[in-house]
This record gives sequence, C-alpha cells and structure tokens, in this order.
Amino acid sequence: MPDLPRRQFDSLIIGAGGGGLRAALQLSNAEASVAVVSKVFPTRSHTVAAQGGMNAALANVLPDNWHWHMFDTVKGSDYLGDQDAIEYMCRAAPQAVYELEHFGVPFSRMDNGTIYQRPFGGQSQNFGGDQAARTCAAADRTGHAILHSLYQQNIRAKTHFFDEYFAVDLLKDQQGYVLGALAFDIHNGEPVVIEAKTTLLATGGAGQIFRTTTNALINTGDGMSMALRAGVPLQDMEFFQFHPTGIAGRGMLITEGARGEGGYLINADGERMMERYAPKAKDLASRDVVSRAIATEVREGRGCGPNKDHVMLKLDHLGEDVIQKRLPGIRQTCITFLGIDPAETPIPIFPTAHYTMGGIPTNRHGQVVVPVKDTPEEPVPGLYAAGECACVSVHGANRLGGNSLLDIVVFGRAAANHIIEYLADNRYHRRLDAGSLESALQRVQRWDSKPTGDGESIAVLRDELKAVMENHCSVFRNEDVLTEGVAKVEQLVERFKYARIDDSSAVFNTARVEALELENLFGVALATIHSAHARKESRGAHSRIDYTERDDMNWMRHSLYSLETGMDYKPVRTKPISVESFPPKARVY
Amino acid sequence: MSSAGIEFAELKWRCRRGMLELDILLNTYLEKHRETMSQHQRAVFSEMLEYPDQVLLDLLLSNMRSSKAEINSLITEIQRAQVSTASET
Ligand SMILES: Cc1cc2nc3c(=O)[nH]c(=O)nc-3n(C[C@H](O)[C@H](O)[C@H](O)COP(=O)(O)OP(=O)(O)OC[C@H]3O[C@@H](n4cnc5c(N)ncnc54)[C@H](O)[C@@H]3O)c2cc1C
Repeated sequence: MPDLPRRQFDSLIIGAGGGGLRAALQLSNAEASVAVVSKVFPTRSHTVAAQGGMNAALANVLPDNWHWHMFDTVKGSDYLGDQDAIEYMCRAAPQAVYELEHFGVPFSRMDNGTIYQRPFGGQSQNFGGDQAARTCAAADRTGHAILHSLYQQNIRAKTHFFDEYFAVDLLKDQQGYVLGALAFDIHNGEPVVIEAKTTLLATGGAGQIFRTTTNALINTGDGMSMALRAGVPLQDMEFFQFHPTGIAGRGMLITEGARGEGGYLINADGERMMERYAPKAKDLASRDVVSRAIATEVREGRGCGPNKDHVMLKLDHLGEDVIQKRLPGIRQTCITFLGIDPAETPIPIFPTAHYTMGGIPTNRHGQVVVPVKDTPEEPVPGLYAAGECACVSVHGANRLGGNSLLDIVVFGRAAANHIIEYLADNRYHRRLDAGSLESALQRVQRWDSKPTGDGESIAVLRDELKAVMENHCSVFRNEDVLTEGVAKVEQLVERFKYARIDDSSAVFNTARVEALELENLFGVALATIHSAHARKESRGAHSRIDYTERDDMNWMRHSLYSLETGMDYKPVRTKPISVESFPPKARVY
Repeated sequence: MSSAGIEFAELKWRCRRGMLELDILLNTYLEKHRETMSQHQRAVFSEMLEYPDQVLLDLLLSNMRSSKAEINSLITEIQRAQVSTASET
C-alpha cells in the first residue's frame, strides 16, 4: 500500500457548508472525534450566499402548522418527494430554527419580539388556501449568519478542520465499507489519507455544469462524482432548479423576496405576464412555473431587449424607501454589475441554474442507500450524505424556496445522530483496501506528470461542457435536443481523457484542482443529461416539450444513474410516518 | 513555478468564494491586472481577501467602506474593472 501520511478519526465530514457544520457540531458535542475537510475556508462555503431565509411553521405572522408545510412541500415536489422524509423535515423545522437561534443566529424580529417571517413562493395556509408566511430570515444574510454561528460553535466544540484540503475519492475495504477519503493540501499538494469509521458527504450542489448559474465556482458536484465513482448511483439528477429571476446574461440571483415584497414580471408588451400562467399565486407561483413562463414568453417572441431574450422584473413602483429597507443588496448588485438602478429601471431577467434537487440517494437518517438485488434501498456501510449533494428526497422534482437551508440543518443533524449510533456498534477502524487507495492516488498523479502532447486545455473543455448543458439540458427539453446533448457530453468525456494542464508544480497548483473538478463536473453532467433524456414526461423542474404532461402511472418513480449500468428506477416513498399520504393531484397555483 | 507565480496562484485560490458575485468581481480584476500589480498592490489585495464574504460583498457593492484608504481605492479599482468588462460584453 502506498506509504502516505495517515490521520484517524471517528467521523470524517467532507464539506463545511451548513450541512457539514451542523453534522460536525452534533458529533463533536457527542464526544466523537470529527474531521471536517473543506476545499475553501469553511465560512467561504456556498451556504454564505443564501439570502432569502429558512422555512418553519412558527405561525408568528399568519396561522401555520407543520402539516400545511408538509402539504406544500409534497405538492411543490410534484409528488416525487418521499413523504416520510418530508414529514420528518417539516415537523423538525421549528426546533431547527430555535436551535440555530440558540447557536447565535440573529433572526429578524417583529415588534412583539417574535421571529419575523416573510411569504415565499409555494407557501399556503390550510392545504392550498391563502398565502402563508413561513420563511425566517436574518435580514438578507441568513446563510452567512448560519454558517458563521455554526463555525464558531464547532471551534468551541473542538472539531478538527482541514482547511483548503481537496477531497479526491472515497476509500473502502473489500467488504464495501466506506472508510474515509484521500485528500490533499491545496497549499503544497501533499496527499493525506483520512481514515474514519464513518464518512459524510456534504459537498453542496453542482450549478457549475451550466453556463448561466447562481452558483459560485466551487459548486462542482465533487461529492456526487465521488459517490458515482464509488459505485453509488445518483438519484433524480434530471431535476435541476432554474431560479426564475437570474440577472440575464450574468447568472446572479435576484432573491424571490423581491417578488414577495411586491415586485412583478413584465414582458415586451409591458404585460404582467404571470397573471396568465398562475392566476392565483401570480408572481409567487412555484419556481418551475415561473421559469417556464419566462422561457415561454421569450420563445413566443414577447421577450425584451434587442435580442428579445429576457423579460423584466419591475420594482420601481415599490418606491426607493421599500427597496432600500427590505431589499438591500439587490439595488447595489444591479448598479455594480449592470449599471442600472432598480428603483428607476426594471431589471433584465432570465432563468438561471440554481439548485440540484437530485444527488446521492439517502434515507431520512442520512445513510447512503443503493439498490442491491431486490432491495431498492440498502445502506452502504459507513457512508452518509447530507445537504444539497444528497437526495433524501424532500424536494422531489422541485424545491420550494427556503426549504434548502432547512434541509441542510435538519438532515445534517439527523445524519450525525445516526452516525453516533453506528459508532457505538462499530468501535474499531477497519483495514483499507490497497486497490481503493491506489486508484484514488492515480487520479491525482495523472496531472503530476509533465505535460505531454497537445491535449486540450481544461478551460476549453469546461466552457464547452457548460454551453452544451445549457443548450441541451436547461428549462425546455425534447428528444432531439437531449439525444444530441448526450452525444456531445460523451464526446467531451472522450476528449477529456487526453486533456493537459501546463502546471506540474506541487505548490498551489490550482490547475490540478480545476482538472479534478472538471472530471467531477463530467460525472454530474452525464447523470443529469442521461436522466433527463430517459424521463418521458414533464414533472416539476423537468419540462419536456414532447411529453408535456405528468405521467404518474409510468413515471412516479425515482431515477438512478450509475456509471456502470446506466438508468434504473425505484419507487417513491408515498407513505408518511404518522399522517395520511397526500395522493398526487394536478399542481395548480 | 517562480515565487511570483506561486503568489499569484495563491491569490487566485483565495478569490474562490462562497458567492458568485465575489468570484466574478475578484477574478475579473485579478486576471486583468496580474501582469501589472506591484508587490505592494498584491499585499493590499491579499489583505482585502481576509474579509469574510458578506463584508467583502458589502464593500464591493458600496454598502460599506473600509477603515483603510488603500483598501477603498482597491475596491474602486475592482468596481471599475467590472464596469469596463460589462460594457465590453
Ligand atoms: C445565491 C443562492 C441563494 C440561496 N438562497 C437560499 C435561501 O434563501 N434559502 C434556502 O433555503 N436555500 C437557499 N439557497 C440554497 C442553499 O444555500 C444551498 O442549497 C445550501 O446552502 C447548500 O449547503 P450545503 O451545506 O449542502 O453545501 P455548501 O454550503 O455548498 O458547502 C459545500 C462544502 O463542501 C466543500 N467541498 C466541496 N467539494 C469539496 C472537495 N472536493 N473537497 C473538500 N471540500 C469540498 C466546500 O468547500 C464547502 O465547504 C441558495 C442558493 C444560492 C446559490
């Protein structure tokens, strides 16, 4: 076995966003030895970008309860969400908010001192009735507040951090137990074997597979691809949420809060277009409904601008004071990136890739589950996943705004609780398989050799991949476009085998990191476009022009894509824990 | 790699942030000025990167000013680099 530095912990957590840090804190507080690996400094994780807030039925502003929240989430998921996991999450939500408050998150208040809650898309009272107000926020920096509070708590609890270490691959033994990961220090390229009795993947989403995205550059789906390479199929990857209100041509997000506060979309004729698509909820309809509406307006020639390629978000009628008070940040974003002031001029808008609903399949205890013979969900011993990289599945075909911060803390905590039980039953480290370590090491060493031949550069291949995914696998999809897209992605994967980097140094070799990230993007892109091609219906964020209806008879099932065997499927868990199922209904807002 | 090359690579990695807005602003500036930045300018840039993401965003979106004049000038430079790129595209 290669002679490399080794470190041993009870539990390894890959990813220091809200999901990873919530799990780490639970484990450290339970006296487990915990290592957290993060490729960027923890408080620079993508959770920091979440502005809008986190859902919980606290009923502080309007009447509410967890059962209504559950109904909205099931309906929002277009009936692809697992109802046991959704019940668990919605019931746990108020407690999750109070815990965060206890850790130091300064949630915004109402005059009576209780937590302020804003209305978000897809929220209703009384199972589909009037608009609810369910989203708790710390001004417009909820993610930042959560991340910093959890990080401070982890420092206090003595969690061990490997900052700016890049995790390469999972390590296993011959029986298939996952026993940690190979990582390297980005500063000097030194590899380290981190051995652990349990490993939790919490590496976040993969928006970087698309050209226009709200996601930071770090969101390259590393954990998802690590799971794929370890033989775990990815679930429901065709469901990628496009946020309806991205700044056209740039990708940055204009929070849903802008519409919550009274902003609305207009087309080239100045028409308030959402009245036609969602007569009741209008601009606060679910995200996929709004995204598709914008794309339809543009396709049908009612787009704005010289190229008629976007619509406009109108905020100027709210007045400068409201914009400044309730939506700080948005105004400056527009001034900085577009040179326009939304208090005077509408903002050019187009859907932008925002959230990965699919991911590593888990049960509601965070255990990664795979089909084995006739069992659709057999836990992989020692392997857990939580946060955006996981698919529990609480978001199904479409996530509701404010449900992701909730998901990451609820299931980060749940996974940690299960890990604590697992550690009690598995007290000793098992022996790593040499082959598993060798192959992880080879993936890194491939880029260490001096550049040979004239292979293509990483930047060229990455840009091409992102363009192909945008043109062939975004808001509108049909057979021809997807078939062509699959072929193009597969050709790019072939070309990547001969790619080169020009930097073979050890110190701060970011070219090598980018090459490894691109390999991960390819894994996620393959899973996404193959799953989209295979699903012959429209459901939630997956909208097919050639199969416009939802087809519950044939397609109310989860997709699974694996590198070895391609597509497979498993049933949706329609039975909640303690209440009646919500049977599928047409999803109208 | 030369020591200047290493320093640049390190700065580039530290421009990887949790927010797309920061990725775009910081990388646009760094790529534009990598050849011409003096040792001192690199040091100021590095100091600025110490700010937490949310604070850095507030500085770059002019919601806040740093107590250091040098950092404020740098922020203005970064904003300028962005606006000139925006008008190029
Ligand atoms: C602009 C924006 C606004 C949003 N607003 C909201 C909102 O208002 N409400 C809401 O509920 N949700 C919102 N979301 C979604 C939500 O922010 C994310 O889904 C959530 O924060 C993901 O958290 P996470 O812990 O799973 O991962 P992240 O916070 O993305 O963290 C991933 C971690 O994994 C690490 N990592 C990744 N790969 C590797 C590797 N190879 N080696 C080592 N470390 C690695 C990273 O360093 C990082 O620490 C928003 C998303 C965006 C993009």
